Amino acid sequence: MKFGVIVFPGSNCDYDTFYVLKNIFMQDTVFIWHKEHDLKNVDCVILPGGFSYGDYLRSGAIAKFSPIMQEVKEFALKGGLVLGICNGFQVLLELGLLPGAMLRNKNLKFLCQFVHINIVNNKTCFTHKGKKRQVLKIPIAHFDGNYYAPPETIAELKKNNQIIFQYSDANGMVTEQANVNGSLENIAGLINKEGNVLGMMPHPERASESILGSTDGRIIFESIINYLG
Amino acid sequence: MKVRVLISFKDSVLDPQGQTVKNALHSLGYNFVKDVRQGKVFELELEGISEEEAKKIIPEISDKVLANPIIEKFTWEILQ
Repeated sequence: MKFGVIVFPGSNCDYDTFYVLKNIFMQDTVFIWHKEHDLKNVDCVILPGGFSYGDYLRSGAIAKFSPIMQEVKEFALKGGLVLGICNGFQVLLELGLLPGAMLRNKNLKFLCQFVHINIVNNKTCFTHKGKKRQVLKIPIAHFDGNYYAPPETIAELKKNNQIIFQYSDANGMVTEQANVNGSLENIAGLINKEGNVLGMMPHPERASESILGSTDGRIIFESIINYLG
Repeated sequence: MKVRVLISFKDSVLDPQGQTVKNALHSLGYNFVKDVRQGKVFELELEGISEEEAKKIIPEISDKVLANPIIEKFTWEILQ
């Protein structure tokens, strides 16, 4: 199995993601520059965190027009696994592979801190190694993570169990206080209807080694590897 | 041809930046300011297309690139 990490100008978690997959999980992993047209036969595409194109216009708005994104879109529509982390999630929303949009955090602050999220749905290829309602401690680092979608979209997400992670407290309670950025329904991560495209604001690649304070992010990578294996 | 496109949040979308500006205005005593919505302005300079074509293409550009239709709306005007 092979992983591909897309690199945009302004990506800054590309090396972290590559490192975790390659050195921690010992997976065949390649970088794919955004101007390329070939996904190099990867089995899973990861859109890493960062500030693609300086977040000009809107977060993720310019990256969606990068040449490789056409390939990523086709790959996703054919059922290929795509994981968008932070800025990668924003790109997936702009691209329309996931519904909704991101607004500025409710407190207008750039948030860089550990948060707790819980697994709302563990019946996906990205979360099946975790338990339902398991609490994960994973860091966030974003300005625009305040998830918004019209009420009918939110209803649809709930109906289809597409909400995968919710901000919660350390005990897994989904509270207003735990909702650091103001996201509707405390949404920290969601999946498409087909179940092959996941976007999440927290950074699992920053929580995959105990030296970094948490290894809870490993569940996501372990789930993918197990699923593909 | 110069065109100005104005992007703002849809009424149904909260605008925390606008709210903060409103609160600042209130703290300065401008209590009559009932609401503030913050937006973006784009000035485009077009050449090689007619006004008629521009009228078709500007909404297209706005919808596809300048605004995110899920959260934003736009208006535009031809300046000259």
